Amino acid sequence: MGLEGIGASVVRKEDKRFITGKGRYTDDIRLHGMTHAHFIRSPHAHAKVKSIDSAEAMKIPGVVAVLAGKELVEDKIGNLICGWMVHSKDGTPMKMGAFPALAPDTVRFVGQAVAVVIADSKNLARDAAEKVTVTYKELPAVADIRSAIAPGAPQLHPEAPGNVVYDWALGDEAATNAAFATAANVVSIELTNNRLVPNAMEPRSAIADYDTAEEHFTLYTTSQNPHVARLVLSAFYNIAPEHKLRVIAPDVGGGFGSKIFIYPEEMVALWASKKVSRPVKWTSDRTEAFLTDAHGRDHLSKGEIAFDKDNKIVGLRVKTHANFGAYMSLFSSSVPTYLYATLLSGQYEIPVIYCEVDAVYTNTVPVDAYRGAGRPEASFLIERLMETAARKLKVDPAELRRKNFITSFPHQTPVIMAYDAGDFNASLDSALKAIDYAGFAARKEKAKKEGKLRGLGFSCYIEACGIAPSKAVGSLGAGVGLWESAEVRVNPVGTIEILTGSHSHGQGHETTFAQVVAERLGVPISQVSIVHGDTDKVQFGMGTYGSRSAAVGMSAIVKALEKVEAKAKKIVSHHLEASEDDIIIEDGNFKVTGTDKSMALANVALAAYTAHNLPPGMEPGLKEGAFYDPTNFTFPAGAYICEVEVDAGTGKTSFVNFVAADDFGRLINPMIVEGQVHGGLAQGIGQAILEGTVYDKSGQLITASFMDYSMPRADDLPSFKLSHTTTLCPGNPLGVKGCGEAGAIGASAAVINAITDAIGHERLEMPATPDRVWAAIHG
Amino acid sequence: MPAVKLTVNGKAVSGDVEDRTLLVQFLRDTLGLTGTHVGCDTSQCGACVVHIDGRAVKSCTVLVGQANDANVTTIEGIARGDELHPMQAAFRDNHGLQCGFCTPGMIMSAIDIVKRHGGSLDEATVRQELEGNICRCTGYHNIVKSVLDAAGRMKVSQAAE
Repeated sequence: MGLEGIGASVVRKEDKRFITGKGRYTDDIRLHGMTHAHFIRSPHAHAKVKSIDSAEAMKIPGVVAVLAGKELVEDKIGNLICGWMVHSKDGTPMKMGAFPALAPDTVRFVGQAVAVVIADSKNLARDAAEKVTVTYKELPAVADIRSAIAPGAPQLHPEAPGNVVYDWALGDEAATNAAFATAANVVSIELTNNRLVPNAMEPRSAIADYDTAEEHFTLYTTSQNPHVARLVLSAFYNIAPEHKLRVIAPDVGGGFGSKIFIYPEEMVALWASKKVSRPVKWTSDRTEAFLTDAHGRDHLSKGEIAFDKDNKIVGLRVKTHANFGAYMSLFSSSVPTYLYATLLSGQYEIPVIYCEVDAVYTNTVPVDAYRGAGRPEASFLIERLMETAARKLKVDPAELRRKNFITSFPHQTPVIMAYDAGDFNASLDSALKAIDYAGFAARKEKAKKEGKLRGLGFSCYIEACGIAPSKAVGSLGAGVGLWESAEVRVNPVGTIEILTGSHSHGQGHETTFAQVVAERLGVPISQVSIVHGDTDKVQFGMGTYGSRSAAVGMSAIVKALEKVEAKAKKIVSHHLEASEDDIIIEDGNFKVTGTDKSMALANVALAAYTAHNLPPGMEPGLKEGAFYDPTNFTFPAGAYICEVEVDAGTGKTSFVNFVAADDFGRLINPMIVEGQVHGGLAQGIGQAILEGTVYDKSGQLITASFMDYSMPRADDLPSFKLSHTTTLCPGNPLGVKGCGEAGAIGASAAVINAITDAIGHERLEMPATPDRVWAAIHG
Repeated sequence: MPAVKLTVNGKAVSGDVEDRTLLVQFLRDTLGLTGTHVGCDTSQCGACVVHIDGRAVKSCTVLVGQANDANVTTIEGIARGDELHPMQAAFRDNHGLQCGFCTPGMIMSAIDIVKRHGGSLDEATVRQELEGNICRCTGYHNIVKSVLDAAGRMKVSQAAE
């Protein structure tokens, strides 16, 4: 590793613009003649839209248009779709209810848009919206899973009788039941995986600009995957053909999954821009974000785990109900199925697993992928089960896990995934050492003398990242391929531009991707620019989610770099009259081994572009592209241990220590990797003790601002102790596994396991707020 | 429309504004100083923090009229030319930011925290003082490190002056 190559904790290249206020987020952009959109949203969870009267609003000077769902339908703008097909047990396809971008006749959640006001300023648009009269006929609503599946429940969609989207299963039911029938011990648990609101700090925003002469749209938007947005807007929503639509995702202020999806507001902004022949900007306020950004999690599950007399696991049986909200969001169907049940084997050798998942419509905001997407739910279930089992079987929780760890790789689980590499004992050992496990009993005793309840909780998580290869995800129902593309442009003076289909919205790609180039070509990272987030600049890409930018995105760069290197070596070989095999790259120079002959990269590039003296038949230029499709998912894994102290008098939990030992394979920039883990842990801990999304029975979202929804703040969290163990991923050229979601996947189980250990009661729902903990202690 | 005049980052500025114009709207929309962000509209997240007459204030909760004649400093106004403010440098060096959206408000709040507490800052105090600034990316670990690091740097630079 060089000073700036792979493995170096280089400070980030992109930081200067952010720390000086020069970041360029979508809402910072102003176009000439720009109008502002304000959406009129349903105050009811379920209602018929009877009429929309905009006459008064249109009288206000500066109001350009009021548009509603009927016109959207007339203009043949398509309904929103879910792009991952899941079939029920009986082979029938999932039941997708129609989701128009502006509801023409029925609204199914509070916040669903029915009309939009376009005006010269944001304030004017808001004022005018007050003058639009929408009359509704209220219908009965269901706000939670149990109400939605109760007999006689109000029905949301005619397409989905009983409000069931699908009833899906994975695994061998008969073999699993047989294992349970002969098991020595069975431990079961029922739990809720609480609904979360992603809350990226930058609210969603879109600016649509229609060019009437060229019949061409430009969309600036807060997207994690601008090419996918363009594809979906073109192919399914009938906005414009792809070559007439440019999507730009400039600086994006966090995503966590919520900015993967194509939302009604972007569609309407594009459509409205053409209608009014002016640019249209919409920026969400925070309550709108609560009411419209896809939420995460929201499962009710029962898990049962069976052991033989030696405490070896013989089977796992799970039944989960997943709340989808009022409509299917873009990838919602995959989250509680192929991203969830496929990870239920955890880090353990489990011979048979059977999981059933019923997906249910309710009159709430649509639910989709949120940091971890399915894998936190799986990890929480299996790790709560293991900890509960250890307590019931009266064995050490670390030892019960160790006894059942998978130790040889590759390992085929009974639920599709084939783990390629790992060392689960190593990460557990590292975490045990960091927390001083041996000293815990004494610490607990000392705390007890001080009137405090001390507890320790484990979480040994595994996740499947990369969300690739394309063939595999295609066979599981994905509507798109999930490879990544890259282009390496070496300019005539030797500077380098990397065009990538990955998108950075906090992950630091402008630094880490440049480090990969520095490692390969020996050039300083200041000589390398990373270009991303613009469909006109980057040919194609699948974007950033599922911890895939390193494993898939960087691998595509490596593949393109290999092609550049191969061509460069041919040029050098021609110029220096040496064999290509003898040429090595060192510090930005192509050297002939065993001689003092060398050629600087800049000279190679210049030779490629002047083309005065190239090998016979070689095309000029030094620019190569690659599409990379991995051979397997990657499998980051680790061990988290949390130590807490609970005040029995108030129910308040304080963190004593939180240790995380992760195996992400090779680390490109350890500083950035650790930052990703910190952020993930905060979200996992937030889910465990703070964040609860509350709907009342009528479907009103009670927690719709930062005053009501408890976001983790600095004084809610501890500092974290991180360590890394390494098994390289054999599935990609860098040996990387991905680190973006691990913290959010592993943390919540560790926290709840610690609190339940402290208080001596197993039944404790998330978020484990002081009142819930107090109630658990005092019955 | 009433007229306002104030000093922003050392420059005298003025404009005719609607009564309801918030300071953050004036900064972003009228002056084009888009480094100050709006993250929540309810004074919870702190992405909009600026300094008014040297004190950290949430600019989404102040009418620009209330800042008439005041001296406002935004994130764009704290570096001296190419020389970063020690707090900016500390955020970069300690990886105290990821997506960058909360960062301007964090930095403006943190400068105020250090000024008020001087050399007596510790982790617990920093965490408590950052109550009004929400970050969704970093888990605060490196933000706390950044603020403590900057506190040391600011002490040194003050001593040098």
